Amino acid sequence: MNLFAQAVQWILDPLNYVGVNAIPLRVFEHLAFTLVTLVIASAIAIPIGFFIGHTGRGRGLAVSVAGAFRAIPTLGLLTLVALWIGIGLGAPFVALTILAIPPILAGAYTGFEAIDRRTVDAARAVGMSEGQIVRGVEVPLGLPLLIGGIRSAALQVVATATLAAYIADIGLGRYLFTGLKTRDHAEMLGGSILVILLALALEGIFATIQRFVVPRGVISSRSKVVRVRSSRARPMVNSAVEKGTQ
Amino acid sequence: MFTANRGRLALFGAVAVGAVVALAGCATGDPLATGSGDSASETLIVGSQDYYSNEIIAEIYSQALEDGGYTVDRQFRIGQREVYLPDIEAGGIDVFPEYTGSLLQALEPDAAAGTADDVYTALESALPDGLSLLDRADASDQNSWTVSKAFAEQYGLTDIASLANVTEPITVGGNSELEERPYNPEALTAKYGIEFAGFTPIEDGGGPLTVKALLDGDIQITNIYTASPAFADGSIVALDDPDNLFLPDNVVPVVSDKVDDGAADILNAVSAALTEDVLVTLNARSSNDQESADKIATDWLAEANL
Amino acid sequence: MTWIWSNGDLIWDRTLDHLVLSVPPILLSFLLALPLGALANRYRASRGVILGSVGLLYAIPSLPLFIVLPVIVGTSARSPLNLIIALTLYGVALMVRVVADGLASVDRDVRQSAAGVGFSSWSEFWQVELPLAGPVLLAGLRVVAVSTVSLATVGAVIGVQSLGSLFTDGFQRGIQAEIIAGIVATVVLALVLDGVLVLLGRLLMPWTRKSSSRVLLPVVTPAAVTR
Repeated sequence: MNLFAQAVQWILDPLNYVGVNAIPLRVFEHLAFTLVTLVIASAIAIPIGFFIGHTGRGRGLAVSVAGAFRAIPTLGLLTLVALWIGIGLGAPFVALTILAIPPILAGAYTGFEAIDRRTVDAARAVGMSEGQIVRGVEVPLGLPLLIGGIRSAALQVVATATLAAYIADIGLGRYLFTGLKTRDHAEMLGGSILVILLALALEGIFATIQRFVVPRGVISSRSKVVRVRSSRARPMVNSAVEKGTQ
Repeated sequence: MFTANRGRLALFGAVAVGAVVALAGCATGDPLATGSGDSASETLIVGSQDYYSNEIIAEIYSQALEDGGYTVDRQFRIGQREVYLPDIEAGGIDVFPEYTGSLLQALEPDAAAGTADDVYTALESALPDGLSLLDRADASDQNSWTVSKAFAEQYGLTDIASLANVTEPITVGGNSELEERPYNPEALTAKYGIEFAGFTPIEDGGGPLTVKALLDGDIQITNIYTASPAFADGSIVALDDPDNLFLPDNVVPVVSDKVDDGAADILNAVSAALTEDVLVTLNARSSNDQESADKIATDWLAEANL
Repeated sequence: MTWIWSNGDLIWDRTLDHLVLSVPPILLSFLLALPLGALANRYRASRGVILGSVGLLYAIPSLPLFIVLPVIVGTSARSPLNLIIALTLYGVALMVRVVADGLASVDRDVRQSAAGVGFSSWSEFWQVELPLAGPVLLAGLRVVAVSTVSLATVGAVIGVQSLGSLFTDGFQRGIQAEIIAGIVATVVLALVLDGVLVLLGRLLMPWTRKSSSRVLLPVVTPAAVTR
């Protein structure tokens, strides 16, 4: 408990609010790094996920590749890429983007798949084109699960982005490594607490977004579907699994 | 309809619990606990840092002791000093290759600089009870401020103080603890008036990535251990340190009371043969030729007639 | 690549170390998550508290947890136990939510019929709810297994030997083949454990054999169902 008190003291110490190591600066860097990684990973994963979700093609491949991606140790990938392209932000971006892709990809295609096929068939029957079906039906209905995938990716990236400080002068990981190497446990724990707070803030933001993006008509009907025909309650099953990896 | 499955689930539960107990048993069978017990008094536990060069030296110690009839329990690559130091202090390890200056600073952060012998003497008295030093080797793997050859030639750099001649921004790179050490960039600013543009962490202990960053110009100055094979091709140079900012870091075996005179003689003979050139060669065989510590140690012991 | 051929023994030893570090957390997190998840599912109040607090565990960065844990638990700094406890915490963080959601997905009608034919609440849980939630639990456990194996590599940074040791060593010595070998071995080990879990699932839940692909990997298009 004493250690926690020291860590809190470290966080509150005015000395840690000036200079290049100022806490607000490191928090900002950490957040910016996390968001840019999420944007890159989303730009790669969402189109692929939508394609799989809409056509059902390449699903088996995507599941295996995403599974293998999950198993790739971030530390190993980081060191390997660093040896290729040198120090700086490049290697951490590559390693963390790969970390973020599987949950976003899964969120994108399970979002489409969770939609009752009759809804899509109905859209097709009233003469909507495939493009209109994707934009007008599948994307809005699949959005909550997609946001869920991004949310779970965000949580992993924000916690793992500390490893970026292994080879770059960025983020809250700087406190962790300096604390580790100089046996300053208060600094290390203080840095960790900041990471956790940041993760919690992101969680809150994403939970709010998730709430707002559920289309109005879906809210009531979904809970009914879960009740009455729980064997088809796929959205819930998947979101549970998607909470997935660290 | 589900009762038939109950047996299966119970079986699964039993298997899972059994496996957990068995595996947890393996995993928690801390080798230290058995090693420090009385029953294994003839077995010497040799440890090493999580650093390839240190592992080679530990392997040399181990093989030399085995040749002398001792039984050795190798506990290599057990982390950096902050992780294993408590174990050594508690007497859990009998032989550990250490570096005089760095260990002294870890035990006494304010230790004054001096010659190799001064540091050795200071370390002897700083060690906790139950631990002692054997003879130190000539080989020293010490910290240095290092720049690329091109950078040194551009500004005519010879010693650390001459960094004041540099007119472009100087970015420092290296392990993050470098910022906190007595010879840190702040100390250079205070002592020589050198201004720095920033610090970039590269947590590989002055390894290939650090050297690459130096040669690419991503950083201008870093800390590389002087026995690193990276110095071999002359593309980087360690700046002279006339004011002894860096403590000498001679290789020395730190030993427990379990190391008897016979074992001490064996280790002292190894230290006597371990010169700076030898250490650099051994490191190069590991880094450049990718040979295992085991093979490098065997070859060298044969070569040195030990 | 010659490094890999001449160091097969080392890779095998590290793989075994890695197995010993990662299998106990996978099993332990399953065993610990069962009661917690069941509790979370049973009462509305406990659900929020339990799921909220285990979700928090998830956000803790692994490296400092590995180091601070011995200070809190009182184990030796380089004991593999630290790693096992930390990995178990992450596994539980993930698994509790899966258990709660899996149990919640069991049809209320089925549970009421079970009660109707005389199951006690205890035996209804073991004989009706748990088997029906089985496929979901298995899916969650598979994710736990893969992420645990991947995460165990970070222990190398604090001196606990694992496949991650091949990264730190390869990084210091500049041997890319060694790092690649470490990554590949980690992925292979994760996929092997995943396969073992799938087989175990088929063995224990034979009734899902035909439909398991549908439950685990929900597919809707006819082409994918017949795959």
